[in-house]
Amino acid sequence: MAPSLEMPDNVQDVLSNPLKAAPKLVAPEPEHCPGPESEAAGQADSCAGCPNQAICASAPKGPDPDIPVITARLSGIKHKVLILSGKGGVGKSTFTSLLAHAFATNQDITVGIMDTDICGPSIPKMMGVEAETIHVSGAGWSPVWVLENLGVMSVQFMLPNRDDAVIWRGPKKNGLIKQFLKDVEWGDMDFLLVDTPPGTSDEHLSVNSFLKESGVDGAVVVTTPQEVALLDVRKEIDFCRKAGIKVLGIVENMSGFVCPNCKHESQIFQATTGGGRALAKEMNIPFLGAVPLDPRIGMASDYGESFFDSWPDSPACTALKNVVRRVGEEMGLKAESVLPED
Amino acid sequence: MSLDKVKHIVLVLSGKGGVGKSSITTQLALSLSLEGHSVGILDIDLTGPSIPRLFGIESAKVTQAPGGWVPVPVHAANPASGVGSLSCMSLGFLLRERGDAVVWRGPKKTAMVRQFLTDVLWGELDYLLIDTPPGTSDEHISLAETLLKNALPGQVAGAVVVTTPQAVATADVKKELNFCVKTGINVIGVVENMSGFVCPNCSECTNVFSKGGGEVMAQEFGVKFLGSVPIDPQFVMLVETGKRPVYPVGTEINGHDVGSAQASDKSAADTKDSSLLVEKYKDCSLCRIFRDITRDVVAAVSGQAT
Repeated sequence: MAPSLEMPDNVQDVLSNPLKAAPKLVAPEPEHCPGPESEAAGQADSCAGCPNQAICASAPKGPDPDIPVITARLSGIKHKVLILSGKGGVGKSTFTSLLAHAFATNQDITVGIMDTDICGPSIPKMMGVEAETIHVSGAGWSPVWVLENLGVMSVQFMLPNRDDAVIWRGPKKNGLIKQFLKDVEWGDMDFLLVDTPPGTSDEHLSVNSFLKESGVDGAVVVTTPQEVALLDVRKEIDFCRKAGIKVLGIVENMSGFVCPNCKHESQIFQATTGGGRALAKEMNIPFLGAVPLDPRIGMASDYGESFFDSWPDSPACTALKNVVRRVGEEMGLKAESVLPED
Repeated sequence: MSLDKVKHIVLVLSGKGGVGKSSITTQLALSLSLEGHSVGILDIDLTGPSIPRLFGIESAKVTQAPGGWVPVPVHAANPASGVGSLSCMSLGFLLRERGDAVVWRGPKKTAMVRQFLTDVLWGELDYLLIDTPPGTSDEHISLAETLLKNALPGQVAGAVVVTTPQAVATADVKKELNFCVKTGINVIGVVENMSGFVCPNCSECTNVFSKGGGEVMAQEFGVKFLGSVPIDPQFVMLVETGKRPVYPVGTEINGHDVGSAQASDKSAADTKDSSLLVEKYKDCSLCRIFRDITRDVVAAVSGQAT
């Protein structure tokens, strides 16, 4: 028989009870085992060298007492939006930072970005705050403020050297994400944007379970037009469905490129299967718009500048602003209140 | 274990997603195969496997044989034309529906990576390329651990690290280089992908994601720079639809003229071409670039062995 992964129940189990599933041991429990469900599981002296160690370390330790703490901490935040994509390098972080900048143009709105990409954080660089560190006060960790009304939290601020690798397995990443929610002094905010790494694994499950109680407005799914990317994005939408996360819509990034020399538009990443628009239709979710590939967006990101401020008249800027308004509409807000027409 | 008959293991790594790890893996495999080597690809990107799509074998399934799983063959060896065999293993072959999400936490991913490394019947291989997900987490740690424990001395040749030119990407890829240092994985070299785009209309090259970041990074870390690979929409078309690449006359990529006089001969391009991917790839502009990269990789790998 061909091996295959036909265990849909298992997925449901992971989703609904991500922090409570019983650990499946690969070997008998050793002598002096603290017990796979105990607080010390995977960390006690007798765990060293035990084949079960990794399993026990990530196993649940009873109902998570921190979730009410997180809910209280985030009670001042009006809207929480996740930025997701199954595929890497499609522009999740770029879109997150542009969305934040767009919201922040209104001085009365306060925006926060939480970067949950632990192994490859990009937000600090794109925001031009790569060298900052976190300040700790009695009230908790303070986010790094890019503008007066735009705060950021990322693992990058905690690294001794800029290029240090964060070589962490899942449980440790989950721990940090929890701290970002529990210990950071977010205060009163209108929007909290959660930038995520590619995939459907630990970070996504944690964000989902930690935020479930306090409520998430929904997720914006970013893709590029070619099928190789859509394939992974389809998986992410499947994940959202199973996890009960509302998908606000799909944004197609890097859609078409206008040659600066001859003004001919070419499809660098050809939408052989209809691109994001067809996927949105197939999955019955809103299509928020297509943003053309503009080398200046990448340039602005590299220098940590806001693309909206640097190139306000470019077609990509107009397309992005429309997408931002559509995101607002899908959240039930008035488009003008999110981003006024110029 | 199943890797015993594999001569060299090469990892394809990047801290950044979407830089083209899988398409670089694909092209390295095709080039190595064109040089007559037998090649296997192991795709350990569990939540976003791309290798089945890139080889157009999405509907293939893995078969169980006594002693392990049989990888999916892409093409057999053809000694007459000097082409080596190519086969793949990916989680994509184990899924019921192609759109199904694989929602796994670390321990389960670790177990799967170990199983992929121990239970696949590769047989005799010159090269096993391991395509990885972005990051420096569970899959990578498990991979490094398992190889450290199980691989024969000298078998793991090292890693080809892929980046794109812009600073946002190299910032993440530098973390991956530090990961290699910490885990003792030798870095064979850096490939800069998506380095420029040649307009099919006017043949002007635009640096869509800037240029040169990969080379600067390689210098900074004292590792070899293997080359830069431009964006070629014809390659995307080749893997997505199986269309043989044709270029307008006068198209220059990395200083070589790749335009063909047959570009106007529409009938040839339109007819469904049933030849093997590896045959069609020979017409792709990137084939020449990868021939050089592959030679450097082979030289570096065999240099270590002696």
